[in-house]
Amino acid sequence: MEQKTKIHTEEGKQDLVITREFDLPLELLFKAYTVPDIVEQWMGTKVLKLENKKHGGYQFETSDAQGNVVLQANGAIHEFVTDRKITRTFEMENVPFDVQLEFLEFEPLTDDRSKLTMHVIYRSAVLRDQQLKLPFAYGINMAHDRLQEVVNKLR
Amino acid sequence: MNLRRDVFQAIADPTRRAILMLVASQSMTAGAIASNFDTARPTVSKHLQILIECELLEQEQNGREIYYHFNAKKMKEVADFIEPFRKMWDDRFNKLETVMKNYQSNK
Repeated sequence: MEQKTKIHTEEGKQDLVITREFDLPLELLFKAYTVPDIVEQWMGTKVLKLENKKHGGYQFETSDAQGNVVLQANGAIHEFVTDRKITRTFEMENVPFDVQLEFLEFEPLTDDRSKLTMHVIYRSAVLRDQQLKLPFAYGINMAHDRLQEVVNKLR
Repeated sequence: MNLRRDVFQAIADPTRRAILMLVASQSMTAGAIASNFDTARPTVSKHLQILIECELLEQEQNGREIYYHFNAKKMKEVADFIEPFRKMWDDRFNKLETVMKNYQSNK
């Protein structure tokens, strides 16, 4: 089966491209990025600020089930063209990753299908690879945790 | 020098990627591989050595010749490496799609 979400990376480069085709009209896809309570629903984060305009900015805050803030992110919006393009920076606070630059391009495929192309540029190839490895490392940790649970039960 | 080679470092080089593509189509001798490149033979040998050290290529003695095979299993490990990252985005976008479909039908 053809994968809906694709990641294009080249070794030694400091960027990557994420593409996704949606079963949604273009306007709805764009709305998913610009209406705060919708962003909150699919990103699973609280939107503290979202200014959809050139020279605007945004701030997200994610909490765990106990209400402790686990992640804060923010960025500046560099370019904003309704239903077409958002150029912005993205930065996670209190983590050793530098700010990244994101080019989000939205295009219609048919009346009810659309495509998102997200070009992300990191400060260095090493930083990009660290970001790429995060979910991989997380997955390994999860597997370790599960293993630990099983082992604990055996005791 | 017998450092453990990093697979990602190995495929970072365009010549090594070209070698992998050649050998993926059929097993070849070092001479046959080298004949596809303008690069000096010892340079190609060095690339082959690196690819063998990181297990992307395997050697097989066939009479007097040594043939190089492509190790697809090792290559799959490389592809699988970014799979969790892809999956994370895929899950996120699936959620977006579901949220927007509900939003659309509630309008």
